[in-house]
Amino acid sequence: MLNLVALILLFPLIGTVINGLAGKRLKKETVGYIACGAIGLSFLVSILVFCGLLLLPPQERLFEKELFSWIESGSFKAAAGLQVDPLSGIMILIVTGVGLLIHIYSTGYMHEDKGYHRYFCYLNLFTFSMLLLVLGNNFLLMFIGWEAVGLCSYLLIGFWYNKKSASNAAKKAFIVNRVGDFGFILGIMLIFLSFRSIDFTEVFHAASQGTFAVGSFALTLITLLLFMGATGKSAQIPLYTWLPDAMEGPTPVSALIHAATMVTAGVYMIARCNILYMLSPFTMTIVASIGAVTALFAASIGLVQNDIKRVLAYSTISQLGYMFLACGVGAFTAGIFHLMTHAFFKALLFLGSGSVIHAMSGEQDMRKMGGLRRHIPITYKTFLIGTIAIAGIPPFAGFFSKDEIVLESLARGNFFYWSIAIVTSLFTAFYMFRLLFITFHGKSRADHHVMEHLHESPKSMTFPLMVLAGLSSLGGFLGIPGANIMSHFLAPVFGEQGHHTEISGREAGVHHSEGHPYLMMIISTAIAILGIFIAYHLYVKKPELPKILAERFRFIYKLLLNKYYVDEMYDILFVKSLKKISVMLWKHVDTQIIDGSVNGVARLIGRFGDILRFLQTGYVRNYAFYIVLGCIFVIVLTALGK
Amino acid sequence: MANVSIMTFNILSILPILTLAGFGMIVLLVDILSSRKLGEKNLLAYLSLMGIIVAAILARNSTGTTLFSFNESFAIDNYSLFFNFIFLLSTGLVILISHSYIKREEINHGEYYALILFSTIGMMLMASGADLLNIYIGLEVMSISIYILTGFKRSKLISNEASLKYFLLGAFATGFLLYGISLVYGSTGAINLKQIAGFIADKGSISNPLLLMGMALIIIGLGFKVASVPFHAWVPDVYEGAPTTITAFMSVGPKAAAFAAFLRILMTAFGATHYEWQKIIYILALLTMTVGNVVAIAQTNVKRMLAYSSIAHAGYLLIALVAANDMGMSSVLFYILAYTFMNIGALAIVIIVSQKGDEFIQIHDFAGLGFKHPGLAVAMSLFMLSMAGIPPTAGFVGKFYIFSAAIKSGYIGLAVIGVINSVISVFYYLRIMVIMYMKEPTRDFNPLTLSPLIVVAIVLSVIGTLHLGIFPSKIMEIAQQSILILK
Repeated sequence: MLNLVALILLFPLIGTVINGLAGKRLKKETVGYIACGAIGLSFLVSILVFCGLLLLPPQERLFEKELFSWIESGSFKAAAGLQVDPLSGIMILIVTGVGLLIHIYSTGYMHEDKGYHRYFCYLNLFTFSMLLLVLGNNFLLMFIGWEAVGLCSYLLIGFWYNKKSASNAAKKAFIVNRVGDFGFILGIMLIFLSFRSIDFTEVFHAASQGTFAVGSFALTLITLLLFMGATGKSAQIPLYTWLPDAMEGPTPVSALIHAATMVTAGVYMIARCNILYMLSPFTMTIVASIGAVTALFAASIGLVQNDIKRVLAYSTISQLGYMFLACGVGAFTAGIFHLMTHAFFKALLFLGSGSVIHAMSGEQDMRKMGGLRRHIPITYKTFLIGTIAIAGIPPFAGFFSKDEIVLESLARGNFFYWSIAIVTSLFTAFYMFRLLFITFHGKSRADHHVMEHLHESPKSMTFPLMVLAGLSSLGGFLGIPGANIMSHFLAPVFGEQGHHTEISGREAGVHHSEGHPYLMMIISTAIAILGIFIAYHLYVKKPELPKILAERFRFIYKLLLNKYYVDEMYDILFVKSLKKISVMLWKHVDTQIIDGSVNGVARLIGRFGDILRFLQTGYVRNYAFYIVLGCIFVIVLTALGK
Repeated sequence: MANVSIMTFNILSILPILTLAGFGMIVLLVDILSSRKLGEKNLLAYLSLMGIIVAAILARNSTGTTLFSFNESFAIDNYSLFFNFIFLLSTGLVILISHSYIKREEINHGEYYALILFSTIGMMLMASGADLLNIYIGLEVMSISIYILTGFKRSKLISNEASLKYFLLGAFATGFLLYGISLVYGSTGAINLKQIAGFIADKGSISNPLLLMGMALIIIGLGFKVASVPFHAWVPDVYEGAPTTITAFMSVGPKAAAFAAFLRILMTAFGATHYEWQKIIYILALLTMTVGNVVAIAQTNVKRMLAYSSIAHAGYLLIALVAANDMGMSSVLFYILAYTFMNIGALAIVIIVSQKGDEFIQIHDFAGLGFKHPGLAVAMSLFMLSMAGIPPTAGFVGKFYIFSAAIKSGYIGLAVIGVINSVISVFYYLRIMVIMYMKEPTRDFNPLTLSPLIVVAIVLSVIGTLHLGIFPSKIMEIAQQSILILK
């Protein structure tokens, strides 16, 4: 069954090609069937492959299939090979499973759009690229997938390219990611220089054999550079600014790419390279710190945003911060577990918000909503489940995964990480329920025009919501403490370091009893309930209070509302100053020196060309003369050699 | 002369060649016997294609054998086989693109196909030639057919002029080749490549200035055929004047044949004196790349531009010759195959887009093709990207192999110059894409010179260009096995 792995990639690619070449002439239904069918088949094969993996004994769960070798030259070998192990097994299920639901949802959401076939062509291409990223068995293939998802993200953010803000957001996402990708590719080059290979198995084997000492400069640099790529793709400080703007794209795109799958690529990459990261403690500290700070920072911005999708965007950044915190303290299993549950509930929340926006005739400002729960009951119920899940109320999915991270941040990290995790958890519960209350409860603040058109979404949109709600409710049971299926399953990838909190906790000298995790659970549940209570008090009980608070804490409110003015800061620091320098370079260096020399060279080449063209007289006698000259030259050369 | 008496006269070894000759004559006969109305010559094209397919099947039977027949003058081995397939492939593609073109240009005469087949026979003889005379005969058979084909547009002055120029200069250059052969024979007493090598091994390499002189003259003679600078001056005029299909034909097959002979002579006969010829070829490679690319920039006619581009590609191939290692030799084979697809493909598009009398073959005549005929423009873009050496196309992989072969042999400077030349070449290849996609169309491109056959040729070329670019290792492996015989 494992041999089928290439088919997982093939189906979305076929879908892309068909819809890309012939989509314009096909009926909308056909386009939808092709796109969903492609992902559906890919999902089925993924299940088969996953089952094939389960049939193997745990320690042998690594299947590699070399499709073809592209170029070999000396020690450099670029092969196209796929790898299935527990980590990529989980990832393909998430990508194709959630992807399929979002494809189905899109058939409803995008139904009126003129670019229907173009949309599905990009969406299939994205799925292909993401699968390539997680299935590749070497860094080069991963990089190709990495860049390709970036390209698809660009195309889809700017899908409504007539809208200035959309095309700007697309450009921003692309350019900000370029900064990260630059680090990523440098990291890959450095890996090749250090290990003479870019193959996962070879590199990790060499690393685990102790080729480089713990904390060696080469490894630290490699891991930092790779992490730089991750901060770009996974929207961490300082490269997170593109993600909120990416909400300009169609909402299902936000769900699939900017919440459930692509943005988790950074987490996946670090989990994949866990051996390298474990060997560089300095980088681990950086990863954990950036993760923790991002989690808190983004959550605090989320507290006051008014655009329904922006709240979710900052929430995504914050949750990704959690995952990096988990990876940074060495709890890779917890990171991947949260990646999975987050994919469920965040996709659900985004799709739910899409359903809201759909019902509200395109309105995204929560201040103009309210009281929607009676009008769109299915959306409301599923959204409620998603909100509870992300807030961390047991037994919903988010509780178990987040709780494991909170727990590990203390057990393997320190009190500082733990307190940030707890505060973030409070913020999360608050802003999510704030969103829920403002949108669905209270009185409607929409104008009657919108109210008249208010309707529940079609089945194609509510069905994925219900499935995701189910997953968000139950997904957490894969990782309940004591019977942690996830951690056992992932153990071959992460080795001993990935699980057994208790053991490593003891090793690290942190003293805590067996009862400790339960105490932690109670604390985090209490924190979540506190957040919900505050939100309830402010937005349901006393709706006039938020305004007063905003007035009293004007400074903080403004600071948060304007996202700490980071965009403005970047604008001054990088964009404006770069522009100034660029203009200066352009006016002086470029036009005078570079253009001068380039034009000079071009003119020189052109002149040279003209002279040579002049030699092309068209007379046979001249041509024969050149041959004679050449002949004399060759003979002289031969004679001189003696 | 003991060995002359034991003539190994193995007729089976030349069966593919005999097949082609047979089909060529059948084409001539059918042409005479059928009515001479224009436009009813489809049969001849199909007959010729059939001949090529039969010859390819017969040639395939000898895969893996190494056999010398006709008194050790004719070699059947993987090396000649690889080249034979390139010849048959390129000839087949040319016949596919010829069908509609020669109708349009009203040069639909039966001998057109026959001459192409005869010329292919010459190429196959050259690739299989194990002695200098056989190579020379092959070269003549190949060239004389092409001289005629170049002037095939009898009523067009430019075509006649091209033919005459090619003939005069070709005869001149052949004189050098023949003189070189006689000098080598005079100093070694042998025309067989292996015997020459044996002689050099016995006597030491630089003992005889006449031998070296002979080698230099052979290099000049073949240098003319591969169009290396400064023996290239005929190329632009001849490529421009010849019927476009024949331009496609002679930019690939004869060049491949000349390289086949070049490589075999240099590696087998003069392998021991490689320091002597490496420095000559080094300078030829440098000049050829640079002149080809630089002058290509100044061209406004697509056929002339592709002529200079073909000179430049010969320059890259000469780099691989200089490298003279396994990778270099096999990359020659790989690159020529890649070049077959991309160059014939590009010229096929030129044929489709141009009009009767070879009108509209200026670069600006491609303006707006991307809007009017997106399929053609995409194919053309692919061929241009491949020639410029951009992944994932065949041209990229070919250049990658050639440059890494040069680096392996320590010719880093030459590889760097090669890369710089590639960069220069990007300018004129991408200019075509810019014009196709970013300029408003100035004409409606109708009527397109389309036929199912030419579409097949383009599709094959696209597939070949992409396949070699994405899955190169299999072909490279075959190429590496093919050159084992040379060592």
